[in-house]
Amino acid sequence: MATLIKDGTISMNTCPSVSAFAAAVGKMEGEGPLANCFDYIADDVTLGESSWEKSESKLQQIAFSTALSKGNFSEKNIDVLFAGDLLNQCVSSSYGARDTEIPFLGLFGACSTMAESLGLASVFVDSGAAVNAAAVTSSHFCSAERQFRLPVNYGGQRTPTAQWTATAAGCAVVSPHGNAPYVRAFTIGKIKDMGITDANNMGAAMAAAAYDTISRHLCNTNQSIDNFDLILTGDLGKVGRDILMELFKKDNVDISEKHKDCGIMLFDPKKQDVHAGGSGCGCSASVLCSYILGEIRQGKLNKVLFAATGALMSPTIVQQGESIPGISHAVELSSC
Amino acid sequence: MEMTNNEYDKLTKKMSPDTKLYKTLPKAFFIGGLICCLGQALFNLYTFWGLNEQNARSVTSITLVFFSALLTGLKLYDKIAKHGGAGTLVPITGFANSVVAPALEFKTEGFILGTAAKMFVIAGPVIVYGIITSVLYGIILYLVQLGG
Repeated sequence: MATLIKDGTISMNTCPSVSAFAAAVGKMEGEGPLANCFDYIADDVTLGESSWEKSESKLQQIAFSTALSKGNFSEKNIDVLFAGDLLNQCVSSSYGARDTEIPFLGLFGACSTMAESLGLASVFVDSGAAVNAAAVTSSHFCSAERQFRLPVNYGGQRTPTAQWTATAAGCAVVSPHGNAPYVRAFTIGKIKDMGITDANNMGAAMAAAAYDTISRHLCNTNQSIDNFDLILTGDLGKVGRDILMELFKKDNVDISEKHKDCGIMLFDPKKQDVHAGGSGCGCSASVLCSYILGEIRQGKLNKVLFAATGALMSPTIVQQGESIPGISHAVELSSC
Repeated sequence: MEMTNNEYDKLTKKMSPDTKLYKTLPKAFFIGGLICCLGQALFNLYTFWGLNEQNARSVTSITLVFFSALLTGLKLYDKIAKHGGAGTLVPITGFANSVVAPALEFKTEGFILGTAAKMFVIAGPVIVYGIITSVLYGIILYLVQLGG
């Protein structure tokens, strides 16, 4: 049964399995370096729908149904669905799940939602509150742009620190028994606000939260960086990654060799014009639920700390002059 | 982490790359200049076709606004503006794009609450403060003339 170790870190006693996973992405993401790892690549950004919000819901549905079929599950086998996205009222998730009969819990953790949902699904399964629990998150470039920034066709320029919201969705099903990857522990993030007010520098707003969660997880579980093959942050992008390296350097810890960031991995920085990297709930979800979980299942990666990061940004509050709080949740995954 | 917000801000500034002005400024100059040259060429053409100066100026603006709106609808304007920056923002074409882009974007919420209500979401402040400034300018001019 899931037990609190201390200070937000929960240990899984039965180590539930991520028995099935799938990722569905947009066209641009499907032209990136991880193209071969995705289960579904959309031909166009609309996915045949009449609005961006509906397109995102559909992408989430595709990721969910693909994960179920890959794991030979039917909807009846899923006891609870944790779902989240970036849009107001989590509409992509609720509309994506409205045709199902699965007990539903909507989440908002901005781009950290994949770790939040996967962690909660694991706690539910480990504690017996659910037999199988699914975690699904999504984001869509166009639906995010119109809500958080400007209309897609507006001729504005992006700053070098800006990140590109990924059109992507990922889904993971957690079960009590099954193949690797196994979930070993979950550290719940704390809100960290270092006074960043630039809505075009999300990496900086999130890096402090990533540092806090990763170091807290290591401390609470009595481990060091050396115990891990990979420390995978959500979507810090290039700027956030550089800040994270500096923060660890102050503790005389070098994580540069072990660290990767989903925002940097999803797109090709030379060929694809995404400035500081990718972002959005779907960014870390699609990288995790394709390449990373696949590598762990095959035993190529043994121990991974997945620390998805979210900038809890509201355009309204930022316009009122407030700074942007960041959060990061971490899930420890292993191959045995 | 023992770090104040001030120290974090300094670290962020150190790690955040600046805009490459040596690339963006010339591009803005040339693309903006090209739009202005196009405007001048249109003006010369309309005068050549027999329009008087005042009418030729109006028709030139209308033509530029039309092409900007068309290119926005064809999803090309933002691709040019990505390189043009202020060069595509400052001329009248930028203003047209800022009206047409939200009008198209919010069409999904209907013609009244979407297109019409959101049409001036970017250009609105320019119109509001443009009118206020012109009124202030008018008052100042009136007072100066009164004194003179």
